[in-house]
Amino acid sequence: MSKKVLLNSKEVSIILHRLACQLIENHKSFDHTVLVGIQPRGKYLLDRLAQMLKTDYKIKDLKTGNLDITFFRDDFRRGEKILEANTTEIDFLVENKNVVFIDDVLYTGRSIRAALTAIQSFGRPRNIELLTLIDRRFSRHLPIQPDYKGRQVDAINQDRVIVKWKEHDGEDAVYLINS
Amino acid sequence: MSELSVDHLLGIKYLNKKDINLIFETADHFKEVINRPIKKVPSLRDITIANLFFENSTRTKLSFELAEKRLSADVINFSASQSSVKKGETLIDTVNNILSMKVDMVVMRHPKPGSCVFLSDHVDARIINAGDGAHEHPTQALLDTYSIRERLGEVKGKNVVIVGDILHSRVALSNIYALKLLGAKVKVCGPKSLIPKHIEKLGVKVETDLRSALNWCDVANMLRVQHERMAVSFFPTTREYSQQYGLNKDLLDSLDKEITVMHPGPINRGVEITSDVADSDQAIILDQVENGVAVRMAVIYLLAAKINRENAN
Repeated sequence: MSKKVLLNSKEVSIILHRLACQLIENHKSFDHTVLVGIQPRGKYLLDRLAQMLKTDYKIKDLKTGNLDITFFRDDFRRGEKILEANTTEIDFLVENKNVVFIDDVLYTGRSIRAALTAIQSFGRPRNIELLTLIDRRFSRHLPIQPDYKGRQVDAINQDRVIVKWKEHDGEDAVYLINS
Repeated sequence: MSELSVDHLLGIKYLNKKDINLIFETADHFKEVINRPIKKVPSLRDITIANLFFENSTRTKLSFELAEKRLSADVINFSASQSSVKKGETLIDTVNNILSMKVDMVVMRHPKPGSCVFLSDHVDARIINAGDGAHEHPTQALLDTYSIRERLGEVKGKNVVIVGDILHSRVALSNIYALKLLGAKVKVCGPKSLIPKHIEKLGVKVETDLRSALNWCDVANMLRVQHERMAVSFFPTTREYSQQYGLNKDLLDSLDKEITVMHPGPINRGVEITSDVADSDQAIILDQVENGVAVRMAVIYLLAAKINRENAN
């Protein structure tokens, strides 16, 4: 098993600033925009981006929430492991809002497919965009692509991409693990 | 990774503490789901569930049906009164006929104790007991303890008194199992004629004076007097019962502390509980009903998760 550093903490920081600026470019003051983290790992990226938008870029009244997709997944009863749910924290309606899904790694696209269905329980958004820190291209099962991406990675299917956050894992870094 | 230790929900007796906590945690998520503008998730869209009710029910049947539909399962309903059971068909035949229509899970209420255990030995489907005679009513006990946990933070260490017709009550037995498993202290209270002999062996104390039982407890679960199960009179008159074992506002207000009042429904207003108590802030009767849907969704979801897709009907 080999472990390769894809991004170190400085690179993660630069990419986060770029993603935050891209969001501001498209969504201006975020009046009609909500940021939705995809549970479980998208929450960490959302928290970091939201913090940055508020303190470094002075965005006021930023609306954020976290969406759990467990009950909307297409692999219930298909795998060995039982799906365990996380918490959904969305205390607003997304009716006519611009929604930005935030997740750490985009791989097959199936989580995002589930999220597209799950978000409909909270209304009909005007549009939905996708922001992802790592885009594992060439491994998609569905026609889903990110609107904002941190870094594109060509990883074969056996590889795993692990995103670590200082608050939870002790460091900001992205690893490619080859088994 | 957590999953239930059982393949069927036949009674609380067969569960362990971890199972109950897993059901509660899953129910928390479903409670959030059923409070969304759109209250439905697609998890069980390839599962078919038959609700077999050989005995009358309103709340439990509606609650199960709603839980199944909110999980997107296909649902078929069956009531004994409109069926071939009256023509002499046996239980196994009835159920096997239904299963040959490709049903994955059976929710059954039956007047005979042990009928769900019997069925689970003889047919190839997941069974959920929705009440078997005076034996068990596991989902009611789960929603009762879930409601206590929601109201008081936890069940462990709480004093709970179950008042009324313990003898004919499946709710009482399942509640005793669940409360003991979760670490609560339990008393039963009622006229001697309605308390089964040797019930102390379950680890509960018997109290015949309602006031002292209420002064001891944090939660009072007021059971319904089941007139339909009484072939003979177990107490002289309904009036005398309600004077001795009915909970009214004066009695509630005269206690040393504010207790939580529960009732599994349907209420005989004025018999075991008066209207002003049932409608007071101390009663969580309607919370119990709401939690019933979330808890049943959790049970169905967790049992369905154990049906292997390849082996599914």
